[in-house]
Amino acid sequence: MDLALWLAAAAVALALASSGVSLAAPWMPRLLRLVAMPLVGLAGLAATVAGLIALTQGGVITAELPMGLPWLPWQVRLDVLSGFFLVVIGIVTLAVGIYGPAYVRGFEHGRDSLAALGGFAGVFLTGMLLVVLADDAFLFMVAWEVMSLASYFLVAFHHEAAANRRAAFLYLLMAHIGGLAILLGYGVLASFGGGFDFGAMRAAELSGGWASVAFVLAFLGFGMKAGLVPLHAWLPEAHPVAPSHISALMSGVMLKVAVYGFIRFVFDLIGEFHWQWGVAVLAVGSGSALMGVLYALMQNDLKRLLAYSSVENIGIIFIALGLSLLYLGAGSPLLGAVALVAALYHAINHALFKGLLFLGAGAVLQSTHEHDLEQMGGLLRRMPWTGLFFLVGCISISALPPFNGFVSEWLTFQSALQAWQLESGVLRSLVPVAAAVLALTGALAAACFVKVYGVAFLGRARSRHVRRARRVPFGMRAGQGLLAVLCLALGVWPSGVVALLGVIPEHVLGVGLSQATARGWLWLTPVAAETASYSAPLVVLLLAALTALSVLVWRRKALRRARRSDPWDCGFAPPEPHMQYTSTAFAQPIRRVFSLVFQIDEGMEPGTGGAARYRLRVQDRAWEALYLPAARIVEASSRRVARLQSGNLRRYLGWTLVTVLVLLWIIS
Amino acid sequence: MDHLLSSSAWLLALGQALLFAALAPGLTGWIRKAKARLQNRRGAPVLQPYRDLYKLLGKEVRVAHTASPLFRAAPYVVFVATWLAAATVPLITVDLPTAMIADIIVLVGLLALARFFLALAGMDVGTAFGGMGASREMLVSALAEPAMLLAVFTLAMTAHSTNLASVIDAHLHGPLVLRPSFLFALGALVLVAIAETGRIPVDNPSTHLELTMIHEAMILEYSGRHLALMEWAAQIKLLLYGSLIANVFFPWGIATGLEPGALAVGLAAVVLKLAALGALLATAETVLAKMRLFRVPAFLNLALLLALLGLLGHVILEVGS
Repeated sequence: MDLALWLAAAAVALALASSGVSLAAPWMPRLLRLVAMPLVGLAGLAATVAGLIALTQGGVITAELPMGLPWLPWQVRLDVLSGFFLVVIGIVTLAVGIYGPAYVRGFEHGRDSLAALGGFAGVFLTGMLLVVLADDAFLFMVAWEVMSLASYFLVAFHHEAAANRRAAFLYLLMAHIGGLAILLGYGVLASFGGGFDFGAMRAAELSGGWASVAFVLAFLGFGMKAGLVPLHAWLPEAHPVAPSHISALMSGVMLKVAVYGFIRFVFDLIGEFHWQWGVAVLAVGSGSALMGVLYALMQNDLKRLLAYSSVENIGIIFIALGLSLLYLGAGSPLLGAVALVAALYHAINHALFKGLLFLGAGAVLQSTHEHDLEQMGGLLRRMPWTGLFFLVGCISISALPPFNGFVSEWLTFQSALQAWQLESGVLRSLVPVAAAVLALTGALAAACFVKVYGVAFLGRARSRHVRRARRVPFGMRAGQGLLAVLCLALGVWPSGVVALLGVIPEHVLGVGLSQATARGWLWLTPVAAETASYSAPLVVLLLAALTALSVLVWRRKALRRARRSDPWDCGFAPPEPHMQYTSTAFAQPIRRVFSLVFQIDEGMEPGTGGAARYRLRVQDRAWEALYLPAARIVEASSRRVARLQSGNLRRYLGWTLVTVLVLLWIIS
Repeated sequence: MDHLLSSSAWLLALGQALLFAALAPGLTGWIRKAKARLQNRRGAPVLQPYRDLYKLLGKEVRVAHTASPLFRAAPYVVFVATWLAAATVPLITVDLPTAMIADIIVLVGLLALARFFLALAGMDVGTAFGGMGASREMLVSALAEPAMLLAVFTLAMTAHSTNLASVIDAHLHGPLVLRPSFLFALGALVLVAIAETGRIPVDNPSTHLELTMIHEAMILEYSGRHLALMEWAAQIKLLLYGSLIANVFFPWGIATGLEPGALAVGLAAVVLKLAALGALLATAETVLAKMRLFRVPAFLNLALLLALLGLLGHVILEVGS
């Protein structure tokens, strides 16, 4: 075996070791903080290095594990695609490993089970790493289930609250419906390939409509796990209730594992492309992006808001994947490669900034015990480092230059703008509409994160415990700092990242992005230099130079220090903290403009002492439209089935006899 | 593209960026003057905005007790991001290395960065008006930005490039045909420009009613050089949109090389175009009344629709032929 694969195996072993150590935590709580969390960090480091080696070397390493069934040994394989996703998993895990020790300390004196927290976290990480490494459907599904089950227990970690148990159950249910679809999808591929290993599936020729059947099953299964609208409703319930560092792993990394599964299944294993698939993915991706950000804007719970924003970002990734499928199906492989790179770029970007934002939310939670935006305010002055890093996350996720979110959106726009090369007029006009949705999403995301940052970190504290917030320990700041620096680095040096990512389409599709970095490290020219160029390093340089210039000039002119005084506020009465714009108030204009999208329950209720209370509930339409009808159908059909259960022994024996007879008849 | 990276081109780009900053208050002064004349007032001299800026830059800065460091950093970020965005727009010559560093999408992104910090600064002190302005500004921009991007996409797809210099170049050297998509894009861009620069009927730059303010509400707490930078940034933004409309849709006169004669012609042409646009804006502001906030989405949806029609018109009618 090769070094990269050894390192990947070491990452898995370290994750398992962390899980094992945690089992002793009930007797020695310090173990979790001193041993288990550092082991998680080391696992992340090993995975990152392994992935980077695999990406730079560009080869394929395979191995057979002495595990599994006798006739079906587990196969692992490390190629550039799995290498890239190892990096995605590894970097966020590393940051979580740095952040975790100080964060889990908060649980040491509680009644929560530390063994469950550390144990399932390690198993969860193992599952994710193995999904990415698996080279046969058997190992893939086992790892997938391990990942889903372990994360179920982490979602149910605060199981005292009934709402959390409900969220966890819904998560488990959805994960299994999705898992079933994926299993069936692999079944289709396996029956044509004659084996469960991916090599056989890749070689198989799918006849007729079976490729589309497999595609639909994969889209359903992986899309459900990734949280695509309208199947997303479980995600904003489940992700926020886990401990914050686990939320970062779930939103930042596990959703990317679902994206990996989709890319591996559709781009690599099926290996044929139809533009109709692209249109379907594009439509669902656009819907997810728009709905995700609109619902995120309506949330007042910080972590729930971040979870809805994950739906949005997954939507953006799928917009790019849809564009890629569309171009590939229409016979423009180079453009398909550009869009695929844009999707991958956004995948790692989202892992970085969503991980960062969830870690920041965790720091706020630990410091103030508050997750309601309406109670926050002025945190930047109480927690300057967390505030700074959170600002970086907000700028990045709003797709503003020069940070990383902008680069991936720029790449997506660039690939959408090549729609004039398509033959069909319908497709030519569809793609710009998706670009319009992406533009609207980006602008709304900026509004959303202005709201988050402005309400939580700026202004004045809206409650007493937030006023007393204290800065968090060094480790927690360092974990956030690592991700913040990476957000900036990936924004400032996109040509290097694209050069690394370019090997993935070369490997999977056979088309590389030779043009993208042809003009040197300063320039990013995805299609051709004449078509579009972006030089992030120079933009940053100019921004810095102009800022330095203006600071120098104006400072010299007015050397006196700024005088502090009361806010002016147009000379009205001195402003009180409760007079500030709240999160609900900030979102009100957008709620009104897009009122058709939401299910709004608004009105006045009689309050105490003759005063009236304002009532506002914004509900996700997916519940009414999809989830509740599905639940009703399931309930109705199970009532029908329950009629069999009469309690009469003779009738049961009769059913058994009929069943045996039918089975005998089938066999014969 | 390599000839663009010569030192003379860079010097010219620097000069043009400085020219942008220098001309911006003049355009604002001109619009105010024209508006005053249309309203039968004598009005302040055209140079008044320069004097205002000079006065503000020398004044003492006052910062609220409740303000965070972001409040003091924001004016610089807003000013620099807007200025850099302006530096990528060809003003007197097409050959601009800055247009290659940052294409139209980056331009929109830089303006969005400036707006992000402007809105955050509005929320920082913790007054009700600041949050109100920020909330409204983000609503307006959320609807205006997609329209803006779609309008520039129409231009970019026509020129097969998102580089603003190439777009103008293609328009200048291509055959003179009336493209329906350009008309739609022009309409959309005009509406977006009005909304984004806070002019009537979306916002009123000279309002004194706090409850109707958008842009002014966010900078209520600023004073001294901070206020000067914010005001100057707003003026540069107005000039940016003005020269974008003037040079992209009516590029005639702009210099295509670095010869001094052509540059002089380019300068004269752009000043004339901007003066005409400014007079038009002043007339429109005199005739129209400010809209209610919740009428603004309809206004911007029209912009979005026009931009989408332009783009669809382009991909359906013009690409195939």
